[in-house]
Amino acid sequence: MTLHPRNPEISHGTATPDQPLLKVEGLTKRYGPRIGCLDVSFDLYPGEVLGIVGESGSGKSTLLSCLAGHQRADLGRIAYDGRDVLAMSETERRRLGRTDWAYVHQNPRDGLRMGVSAGGNVGERLMAVGARHYGDIRGKAADWLGRVEIAGDRIDDRPSAFSGGMQQRLQIARNLVTSPRLVFMDEPTGGLDVSVQARLLDLLRGLVRDLGLSVIIVTHDLAVVRLLAHRLMVMKSGRVVEQGLTDQVLDDPQHAYTQLLVSSVLQV
Amino acid sequence: MIRIENLSKSFTMHNQGSATIPVMVGARLTIAPGECVGLTGQSGAGKSTLMRMVWGNYLAAGGSIMVGETDVATAQPRQIIALRRETLGYVSQFLRVVPRVPTLDVVAEPLLALGTPLTEARDRAATLLARLNIPERLWSLSPTTFSGGEQQRVNIARGFAHAYPALLLDEPTASLDAANREVVLSLIDEAKARGAAILGIFHDEGARSRVCDRLVDVTGFTPPNIKAGAAA
Repeated sequence: MTLHPRNPEISHGTATPDQPLLKVEGLTKRYGPRIGCLDVSFDLYPGEVLGIVGESGSGKSTLLSCLAGHQRADLGRIAYDGRDVLAMSETERRRLGRTDWAYVHQNPRDGLRMGVSAGGNVGERLMAVGARHYGDIRGKAADWLGRVEIAGDRIDDRPSAFSGGMQQRLQIARNLVTSPRLVFMDEPTGGLDVSVQARLLDLLRGLVRDLGLSVIIVTHDLAVVRLLAHRLMVMKSGRVVEQGLTDQVLDDPQHAYTQLLVSSVLQV
Repeated sequence: MIRIENLSKSFTMHNQGSATIPVMVGARLTIAPGECVGLTGQSGAGKSTLMRMVWGNYLAAGGSIMVGETDVATAQPRQIIALRRETLGYVSQFLRVVPRVPTLDVVAEPLLALGTPLTEARDRAATLLARLNIPERLWSLSPTTFSGGEQQRVNIARGFAHAYPALLLDEPTASLDAANREVVLSLIDEAKARGAAILGIFHDEGARSRVCDRLVDVTGFTPPNIKAGAAA
């Protein structure tokens, strides 16, 4: 039988502490007179996957980039593990981005170094947090390529020789090798074939469960959030119009916009 | 184990003139550990609506739904997630899974979510699949390609993988042949014997009379102005 290789040694169980990992209050970003996102508040707990949906221009990507520190919010507070993120120095924030956080881009080319081998892409992240022993780095890179189902004999190939789905899995390996606690994902399954999407979704679910990751995933695909996200936030014109348990928001939407969004999906 | 009091529900269709349709008022129900209660009432009377509210899939307009120590009507999403992981199981009529995941892992997943070691979880999944007569050669395939009856049995195996203290069963014997129906009824009997509180919808009268200790007619909870067929 060809079953998925999940490493039982890395199972942490599901003990979820009662403290939120990320606490966001009143986060606001304006572009001149235009609203990027307005007064967004939520808590994210360890092991939780939060989906953010909304159409193009709803502010979901702005929100994600403000959360990840790629853009500076105008107002509001972000507390990560009790620390005030917006008050941190640039050096501290970058350090957090290399150690505790990871960011998976929609286009793997934005998150990979295309001229460096697959093993190098993964190993580079380890070296950025201080790993120096070549054998250890290569061993860990090989282990992660295996976890994202990239064959060991491709370790020295450049990502430019990979398919889109493989590139996306490599980007995930590169991001997760340093054992982050919080992963930001911007449309991670966008632009992939449906069959490749399914494999990626299964991979992500397994990693969330086995590593106890917290994830914030931005997507416009309601089928993806139904299978991946525990909780859902619906955005429109920069505001959160509804949030709750994913299947409840999708099956019993309360806000007019969510009702429209859910009823507009084509049935397959 | 399950105690529902004064529960009400209405749907507001914002895109259809903001019509608000009350579909349930004053629902009340108690299920003790080891007891199985069957919901009756004609199609559209609100059996599935009530069950979905206990699951936390539909929001309550008022009242309370205690499952163990959690009031599903007012709980935070993360409390409902924990409740579903540890306490409350649900066998729906539809199998909703990530495509391409092997059947064995689909069934083992609720145990893995509880931190059960992989081999132990797969052993339990294999035992249930074998009992429900899913041929072993199918276990490594995704159930999305299976027949309706096979999918239903995979769904049942998944719902019974963990010994939930409370279980919701929506037509668990529909589309099953006599032998598999018998297996499912034994699984329900065993769950009752270990103390599970069960709320079920059974159109199959023989199954209903065999496993249900009491029946509750949801027509008593239907608002007077609503006729059958109005519920979503």
